[in-house]
Amino acid sequence: MSDRLASIKQEIMDGIEKRANSRAAAFELRKQFLDSKTGKIGQLMKEMRSIAPEERAGFGKSVNELKEWALQRFLELDEKMKAKELEVRYELEKIDVTMPAEKRETGNLHPITQMRNQIIDVFIGMGFEVFENREIEKDYYNFEALNIPKDHPARDMQDTFYLSPEFLLATQTSAAQIHAMETKPLPIKMLCPGRVFRSDDDATHSPMFHQMEGLVVDKKITLCDLKGMLDVFVQKIYGEETTTRLRPSYFPFTEPSAEVDVSCFECGGSGCRLCKGTGWIELLGCGIVNNKVLENCGIDSAEYSGLAFGIGIDRAAMLKYGINNIKLLFESDLRVLKQVNDN
Amino acid sequence: MLVPLSWLKEYVDVNVTPQELEKKLFSCGFEVEELLEVGKEISNVVTGLVEECEAIPDTHLHLCRVNAGARGTFQICCGADNVRAGGKYPLALVGATVFMTAKDHKTVEGTMTIKKGKLRGYESEGMLCSGAELGVSDSMYPGGSYNGLLVLPEDMEPGTDVKSLLGLDDWIFDISVTANRPDCQSILGIAREVAAVLDQEFKMPALDYQATEVKKDGFTVTVDAPELCPRYIGHYVYDVKIQESPLWMRRRLALVGQDAISNIVDITNYVMLEMGQPMHAFDCDYLEGNAIRVRRAGEGEKIVTLDAQEYMLNTGNLVICDGVKPVALAGVMGGLNSEIRDTTKEVLFESAKFARDNIRRTSRALGKRTDASAKYEKGVDEFATVHAMERALHLIEELGCGKVSATHVDVNTGNSIEPRELSVSIRRVNDVLGIEVPENEILRIMNNLQFAPSVDGDRLTIHVPAYREDMETYQDVAEEVIRMYGYDHIVPTFLPEAKVTTGGLNRRQQKELRLKRALCSAGAYECVHYSFFSPSDLNLLRLPEDAPERRTIRILNPINEDLSLMRTTLAASMLNAVSRNQKKGNQEGRLFELGNSFLSGELPLKDYPEEREMLCIGIFGEKESFFTLKGMAEKVAETLFAHFDYEPARRSFLHPGQTAAIFCEGEEIGYLGKVAYEVAEQLDLRYSAYLLEMDLKKLSQVYEGRAVFVPLPKYPEESRDLALVMEKDVTCGQVEKIIRKSCGYIGDVKLFDVYVGDQIPENKKSMAFTVRFVPGEEPFEADSVDHFVKKILKKLKNELNIELRS
Repeated sequence: MSDRLASIKQEIMDGIEKRANSRAAAFELRKQFLDSKTGKIGQLMKEMRSIAPEERAGFGKSVNELKEWALQRFLELDEKMKAKELEVRYELEKIDVTMPAEKRETGNLHPITQMRNQIIDVFIGMGFEVFENREIEKDYYNFEALNIPKDHPARDMQDTFYLSPEFLLATQTSAAQIHAMETKPLPIKMLCPGRVFRSDDDATHSPMFHQMEGLVVDKKITLCDLKGMLDVFVQKIYGEETTTRLRPSYFPFTEPSAEVDVSCFECGGSGCRLCKGTGWIELLGCGIVNNKVLENCGIDSAEYSGLAFGIGIDRAAMLKYGINNIKLLFESDLRVLKQVNDN
Repeated sequence: MLVPLSWLKEYVDVNVTPQELEKKLFSCGFEVEELLEVGKEISNVVTGLVEECEAIPDTHLHLCRVNAGARGTFQICCGADNVRAGGKYPLALVGATVFMTAKDHKTVEGTMTIKKGKLRGYESEGMLCSGAELGVSDSMYPGGSYNGLLVLPEDMEPGTDVKSLLGLDDWIFDISVTANRPDCQSILGIAREVAAVLDQEFKMPALDYQATEVKKDGFTVTVDAPELCPRYIGHYVYDVKIQESPLWMRRRLALVGQDAISNIVDITNYVMLEMGQPMHAFDCDYLEGNAIRVRRAGEGEKIVTLDAQEYMLNTGNLVICDGVKPVALAGVMGGLNSEIRDTTKEVLFESAKFARDNIRRTSRALGKRTDASAKYEKGVDEFATVHAMERALHLIEELGCGKVSATHVDVNTGNSIEPRELSVSIRRVNDVLGIEVPENEILRIMNNLQFAPSVDGDRLTIHVPAYREDMETYQDVAEEVIRMYGYDHIVPTFLPEAKVTTGGLNRRQQKELRLKRALCSAGAYECVHYSFFSPSDLNLLRLPEDAPERRTIRILNPINEDLSLMRTTLAASMLNAVSRNQKKGNQEGRLFELGNSFLSGELPLKDYPEEREMLCIGIFGEKESFFTLKGMAEKVAETLFAHFDYEPARRSFLHPGQTAAIFCEGEEIGYLGKVAYEVAEQLDLRYSAYLLEMDLKKLSQVYEGRAVFVPLPKYPEESRDLALVMEKDVTCGQVEKIIRKSCGYIGDVKLFDVYVGDQIPENKKSMAFTVRFVPGEEPFEADSVDHFVKKILKKLKNELNIELRS
């Protein structure tokens, strides 16, 4: 009897070694021995009845042991075959990973929007609200209320598109200062991005461009506050090492007025092509709000003071992303738009 | 504004290098746009004494022995016709740099370095130079323009560098002057600033003269329009000898690009440059009636100006007349009829202040800008008006070119040119700045600016010179203090006293940003296009004559016709962008723009026109279709938590069979569709393009959506596929709508197949939908869904004669 068991065992071992070269063959082999009806081990179980009762227990135990042993072997075999098949499959499915990627294209915000959002983020952190400007503005708001009366030489600084004697295309976002001071309760901290227009069209000028106006009106606002605020702004946008330099300038609606230069973020101030060797880049104009402007808006200049600044968004974006021609911003060439993804 | 250093030094000691002065000027608000070194191109040119000079036979050349003092003696070959033994000329030594001239010996063609050379076999160890080769004209040095050697004076020591003699050791500052400082549109004005910033004394030029006697008895000046001419000063000069001006004056004029003409005219130009006050000189022989009258021009009155141009005037223009006729266009240009000639014997000098806005308007209206009008537009102060006349008369004496009479007429409106007192609080000044500027510094600065300050406690009292019309309040004082004290003293602070404010984007702005980001995630790139467009764009869109989009707001002074109308639709700019991209080789792409369209209730504008925020999407390429664009519309709906419906529609620039109107809450808010072939052809489109435009303002008016969470269903959902047969013109939208309103438990309705063919009757089509049913508070009963389906089919049959496909 034990011979039969031994021979079945041998048969299984031979089979596993010689015949089981695929998972299907292994399964067939398993069936030959372990199928409950037709399998050789199953057959042995059936023979149980013909065994002498006193030997039955011993026999049963041996067969069961064989069965357990066989199950274990076939399990191992199956694992082995599975691994082998996967190996083949992996080999079959091998690809050239250096072939081009398939990607779902994501678009970009316009460079001006990207810059605009970054500026807004910085100032929102300081408690600024965002206002919206009109593109078509009244002469009063664009000029007169800002201390630029008719035929004032300062109007020469801005060649204006007129729609009628009273209406024009905003030449600066500064009109938002007046609208804000006329409508908002004090204190005011506001930003106003907007499209502005000037009758200039050459290599470095576009008849439409973008500005970001900033205005703070509160008690005891000083030139030092203006510098402090702008320092934070340039450091957040152009890097922690960036510094600012204020120098005197003139805007009719601020007094004192200043131009703000930032240390060149390309060379760090040692002088390069971007900063034309000066180490500084002109970035924005600013100043303490002229009392005449406060008073035009009915604000008591004895109690309140303000600071204002105006940033050229296009210029800031061009500097940050190295865009060399302002016209590129308005031509919608996908080759340009795809490059600036600082969203 | 050009300022030669040599001229500046007339009024202030400049004890720093030109580069340091540039920095100082910059720090106090005067940006030097360019610092030009005069004679930069010239080096190593010395005085050479020609000791021997022999003609070389059969040539125009001379072989010279030239003594250059300590620099040596050299053999020079010279081709100039005026070289002679004993003469002194500029000698460019070997290694010198000079200008290279063309064959005409005049036109400068760059610079060159002198090398040892041979001419006709004769060695030449340098070059004797002409004025042109040194960049010197007659205005800079006599004989400078002669087409031969520049002759140097006898007393020049051989070997001495010639640059100083020829005025080639100078610097010119090109300074940009801000609009609030018209007083600095002059050498003198800049000199005052330089004196202040360098802590140096300012020296006023000589203004004295000796008036002889009263001439021209009964001569009168009348100002009929004092509002346009607050001051008019006339002074009569006789025994005039018209000659060339002295070298120093011609040279200064030349350095700032002003041609020298004759002594009298040069004096007017010189004084204008020096003091910022335009002056005019009339030839009295041509003045009639022994009078000057300043009045508004008559309607249609004509004048011929010095440059022989005739202008037709109106009452907005101011003219200077003699007793009979206009003789000058005030503040702009003198009249041809009274110009200074070689024969002039008597001159009437004019120094006047004209209202800047009037000169500005006249100059613009006539398209005539002159140095004088430019000064007047910026503003001329009466301080200059008064002193310029004195200066001109002084120069008449100094140049000895005439006699100053005692005939002096001064018509004014009573403005004082004495300093104005201004008293401010020092604390307020410092409050503006945010720092404490020491009192002695404030006093020093005020003194340097000639403000004659005094302090009493917190009170600073200054005396503002009449030329500083910009000084009005403590803010102005603060600016003066800080620009001289230095902006680098400003230390950063962060609103230590201010109230805390809560900032941030409002809902609309947040939504706009979300929308933009969603479109980016759908593969679209944001564009920014001009707010104006071209009349031809309206035609590109094939809009009918009465289309509302043709009611555009026009720019009165556009750059050109293509940029002359405010956009009434974003479609044209987008189509052009798509076309540009295709021309540049981009084969596919998705673009979008958020921008305003401008709709006017009334033209010309009486009130603010409506600026309507629009969204425009343009897509193109082989992979795109009506439905990919519709997918983007759905993305917009999703982002804004809205639901859009679509109905077939027409647009003049879109495919008649592939265009839909977009509705939200029953309100039409936009359109989408394929670009019409006619438009595509006009734009040379190689790849099909699709366009969407949506009125975001209208959308926000009809719908204010937000994210709402719908609890997950408690009970299992069921779905059924329904294949339906219908007339061919029934739309998917119609069927969907009927299915949706058939019962209250419909979730999704989704078209998954359209069939036309043999298996259904001719002229019919089949559409197959998956309908999902979502239970409410109770689970569905076994036959609930079958019951719903029956209801759907019944409604479809009744309303559109739709049958279930068998």
